[in-house]
Amino acid sequence: MSEQRSTVVKGARILGGEPADILIRDGIIEEVGQGLTGDETIDARGLIALPGLVDLHTHLREPGREDAETVETGTRAAALGGYTAVHAMANTDPVADTAGVVEQVWRLGQEAGHCDVRPVGAVTVGLEGERLAELGAMADSAARVRVFSDDGKCVSDAVLMRRALEYVKAFDGVIAQHAQEPRLTAGAQMNEGAVSGRLGLTGWPAVAEEAIIARDCLLAAHVGSRLHVCHVSTAGSVEIIRWAKSKGWDVTAEVTPHHLLLTDDLVEDSPVGAYNPIYKVNPPLRTRADVEALRLALADGTIDCVATDHAPHPVEDKETEWSAAAMGMIGLETALSVVHEAMVETGLLDWSGVAERMSYAPARIGRLAGHGRPVEAGAPANITLYDASARAGVDPSAFASRSRNTPYEGRTLPGRVVATLLRGRPTVLDGKLV
Amino acid sequence: MKRHLISAADLSRDDALLILDTADELAKISDRSIKKLPTLRGRTVVNLFFEDSTRTRISFEAAAKRLSADVINFSAKGSSVSKGESLKDTALTLEAMGADAVVIRHSASGAPHRLAGWVRGSVVNAGDGTHEHPTQALLDAFTMRRRLGPLDGRRVTIVGDVLHSRVARSNVLLLSTLGAEVTLVAPPTLLPVNVGSWPCEVSYDLDAMLPKSDVVMMLRVQRERMNAAFFPTEREYSRRYGLDRDRVARMHDDAIVMHPGPMNRGMEIAAEVADSPRSTIVEQVANGVTTRMAVLYLLLGGADLGGEIRQ
Repeated sequence: MSEQRSTVVKGARILGGEPADILIRDGIIEEVGQGLTGDETIDARGLIALPGLVDLHTHLREPGREDAETVETGTRAAALGGYTAVHAMANTDPVADTAGVVEQVWRLGQEAGHCDVRPVGAVTVGLEGERLAELGAMADSAARVRVFSDDGKCVSDAVLMRRALEYVKAFDGVIAQHAQEPRLTAGAQMNEGAVSGRLGLTGWPAVAEEAIIARDCLLAAHVGSRLHVCHVSTAGSVEIIRWAKSKGWDVTAEVTPHHLLLTDDLVEDSPVGAYNPIYKVNPPLRTRADVEALRLALADGTIDCVATDHAPHPVEDKETEWSAAAMGMIGLETALSVVHEAMVETGLLDWSGVAERMSYAPARIGRLAGHGRPVEAGAPANITLYDASARAGVDPSAFASRSRNTPYEGRTLPGRVVATLLRGRPTVLDGKLV
Repeated sequence: MKRHLISAADLSRDDALLILDTADELAKISDRSIKKLPTLRGRTVVNLFFEDSTRTRISFEAAAKRLSADVINFSAKGSSVSKGESLKDTALTLEAMGADAVVIRHSASGAPHRLAGWVRGSVVNAGDGTHEHPTQALLDAFTMRRRLGPLDGRRVTIVGDVLHSRVARSNVLLLSTLGAEVTLVAPPTLLPVNVGSWPCEVSYDLDAMLPKSDVVMMLRVQRERMNAAFFPTEREYSRRYGLDRDRVARMHDDAIVMHPGPMNRGMEIAAEVADSPRSTIVEQVANGVTTRMAVLYLLLGGADLGGEIRQ
């Protein structure tokens, strides 16, 4: 039996460091050094090598809303964005609240092969917030679920949340909470503040997020469990999470790329017109002060990671009046560029910081083996090659996602994912799917 | 002037004064036996009403007809909208029919903004959700000016459910443009959280404002607010924020009382106050037609008005 063919990535700047060659064999990084050769060569001169990105928060919409996205199209988008693993959220139709559904999603991911798909299991049956789903069955299934979330809905019942936090300790799971107090956000349309007041749109107060985060941190501490906070969007939430971490509690948090860049005044004044639902998202875009606080929190580690909350919607669900429109934005194919602009160009993170926040930390939180490892000998060859000197206008028509609801159309963003390697196998080369 | 009238903020001071002056001219023909002008002959105005509002719809209809425009009334009930047609498809239908102006009333804040992106004609906002109702503000300003003269320095107190009021938003913007000093009076629960950033003052004390006010404008309190903990009871609201005879007695002699209608008599306004000589409520309705004529006339680029009126 002949030895596996080898690939060498030539001249890549690992985490922005000095150029080096990366020799890959059998899906594993065999050696990092100078003057290496292999059966095949990928020219990475001038490119930055990052560990394959990991997304803790992706909506792939399958099963149920295949008109918006499928596992196939969503994972193509992920690969083009430099991701080698995504966590598929549970709010599908049917809801991913049984071993059967999570195994179906997991298998679809395997078949697509563009990146690893790790299903997230629902916390409660049908996301109804009334009784626990069979969390253990999902954990023991082929999908090996470790992240549980009713994302899109908040587990608002304090007792149910407590029980969920406790129960998943048996298999090292984590509850990823969508923090949104439902009574304070009945009919809410956008961040409650000066803009919502002028526009006459029902306000979505920051306190509705912060009150749940505070409660959940206290619950997690009380029962000694692990809590993950989805899409943190306010300065107040940052303060609460910082406080919880200072106590040594096992709380982690994510922020979306759009909450690092966009603000609520776009609803009133933007090139695409006022009240354009392309900016309608849950949690809502907040103020400049919130954006600044989120950036600093991501820089200092109060917020552990970036998660896209990639939320595809068909055109007809966005080309409506504001209140009728669906909430959400796609983000897989722009996430790294947005983080580049918001965090790297501002000097808040270097490329090793980006690797931590977009690969190591999310893999750690998701207990995802085989991802989130440094680009070094012995690690699985999950690698993203990124041209940091590129700069281009965002062109939604070029997206692999089935949906086009990006808030960045027409905007110029830095950087470009040139290649993505999943266990040594290129899923993207020259910026195109393989 | 801009092509659309969606927000009172779209109007500069000169624009607003031009509309009010034009309305003054047009008011003259309302007193004639033949009230019709040929100005908009051959032009099509669509009244696109997704929300029931007979008063506003017939006001716009009368305004357009007096200018000889062809008027198409499109109401959500009994149309394809009730079968699930989107606002965009409705807009494209109107576009295909060649609407020169679309007057839209919609329960969603911002619907006129969206519509303006899909049609070529002028869009006139006839009330969108809890956002704005700019022609109401114009007719209110017109009514005030007729009673009180120029509005610079005039003190206008707007009382009631500001949070959900499109009338209040448009009035604050227009009146501040016209130089009036506006004070909002409401229980704190019915004020937007950042109302301090608006071009007006805010007070929780109606009695303190009354002697200083040239105009007291009462807003309608919607029935559905009464069960959502915005205030404890109707009775308490009425006691603290209702305009009754005793309160009116504290207003100065020339001060007027306004209400955009429809009123809850006995709730925000006592019947005897609504029917008193201070009340401009019936004038507001009449002035609505005249003001909306001026808006349609100016948006659709009517010819020399003076010449037409003299004919």
